[in-house]
Amino acid sequence: MIGIVDYRMGNIKSIASMLRKIGAISKIVTDPGELYKAEKIILPGVGAFDEGIRCLKQFGFWHVLNELVMQGKVPVLGICLGMQLFGISSEEGKSKGLGWIPCHIEKFNFSRRKDHDLLKIPHMGWNYVIPEKDHYLFHYVPDPMRFYFVHSYHYVCHEDEYVLASTNYGYNFISVIARDNIMGVQFHPEKSHKYGLNLLKSFVEFP
Amino acid sequence: MFRPRVIPCLLLYRNGLYKTVKFKKPRYIGDPINAVRVFNEKEVDELMLLDIEASKKGKEPDYGHIEDIVGEAFMPVCYGGGVKTVEQMGRLFSLGVEKVSIGSAAIENPELVGSASRIFGSQSVVVTLDITQKKISGKYCIAIRNGRQMTRLDPEEMAVKVQEMGAGELVVNNIDRDGTMRGYNHELILRIVRRVGIPVVALGGAGSLADIQMVISQGGAAAAAAGSLFVFYGKLKAVLIHYPSQSELSQLFEA
Repeated sequence: MIGIVDYRMGNIKSIASMLRKIGAISKIVTDPGELYKAEKIILPGVGAFDEGIRCLKQFGFWHVLNELVMQGKVPVLGICLGMQLFGISSEEGKSKGLGWIPCHIEKFNFSRRKDHDLLKIPHMGWNYVIPEKDHYLFHYVPDPMRFYFVHSYHYVCHEDEYVLASTNYGYNFISVIARDNIMGVQFHPEKSHKYGLNLLKSFVEFP
Repeated sequence: MFRPRVIPCLLLYRNGLYKTVKFKKPRYIGDPINAVRVFNEKEVDELMLLDIEASKKGKEPDYGHIEDIVGEAFMPVCYGGGVKTVEQMGRLFSLGVEKVSIGSAAIENPELVGSASRIFGSQSVVVTLDITQKKISGKYCIAIRNGRQMTRLDPEEMAVKVQEMGAGELVVNNIDRDGTMRGYNHELILRIVRRVGIPVVALGGAGSLADIQMVISQGGAAAAAAGSLFVFYGKLKAVLIHYPSQSELSQLFEA
């Protein structure tokens, strides 16, 4: 069973719809205790960083997630804000993130570019995702990979270790991260047609 | 960056899909869920769903119906129509709506834009400005309540204001061109694009793919939305839900 964390922030129904379409058994988990039954976890997220952290704590998911993911090594896929919550902190807010990925989240900054006033923030729309390494997450996804993005903030890592893929918007930014059982995508697979369907299929079937 | 977005805009009215001309004379098009399924197959970039009855009647959004429609959509959906509070917006997001558009409410209560963007993030908050041109003076002004009520508000000033309050995107909807299929109003779009840093989506008047290409390349729009273009076909405007192929769209935007 794939557990979709319901902390009141994210496209849980769309994710559930897509998982149903690929034939995976999933459950929208509102009671944190139920997350122990999940073989894999999806942490969705739409909205602001501090609100995300607050909701994870308020709805009782903070400790359960740390236990299952860091100790239990349960595979987890973070989506958009969900992925950002795995980091140390974000420029968007004041709260500390889960800290699973030792990177920070910063706002798009085009001030160094000559055409900076032409690039709008948020980065909103379809864009290409260029893999930097091989990973089972991309197994079924057709080439060239493209997904739907809508965000103003992105990961900044000082080492390449956890960078799985990048995307270009003004400059190359990190669009997919992975560390052992922890994976995160900045884009929305549940809003990316066949690309999203295939990414979720890969997540469900592998390793 | 991938090519600019091309967005079907579907009008919800009495649980069905309808199409208007200059915001009047709604004509039945079909079932929204069927339309979404067609758009899934066509790999549509994004969908806009506007409930044209909601603000007039002061109704709550029809959450059950919206949930059904959005649940079927494998592309991002922006929903608008009668949204007045952050609670309503939160509920819509929990149903799978990607972005919520506010129209009349942004005009009557600009604070809502600020609160919403603080809670949900500005990328989730869209403001739609329904604009009409006054016949005598030629001035553009904003209309609310689905075009029924004129205001004296200048669209450019309002655009700047809602951006300041935190809107992530602006839809500029030209009432006068709605359903006419004679092209977007480039002048209006360009005026607003020049004043704001957030993406501007053009809506109202698209009659062909060439119109879409032009409003982006010449009008400065970040994306183009259209209603009639994707629900009618041919001179006699037969109802047919359709959308260009991915290769037609790539060719459209090739430099």
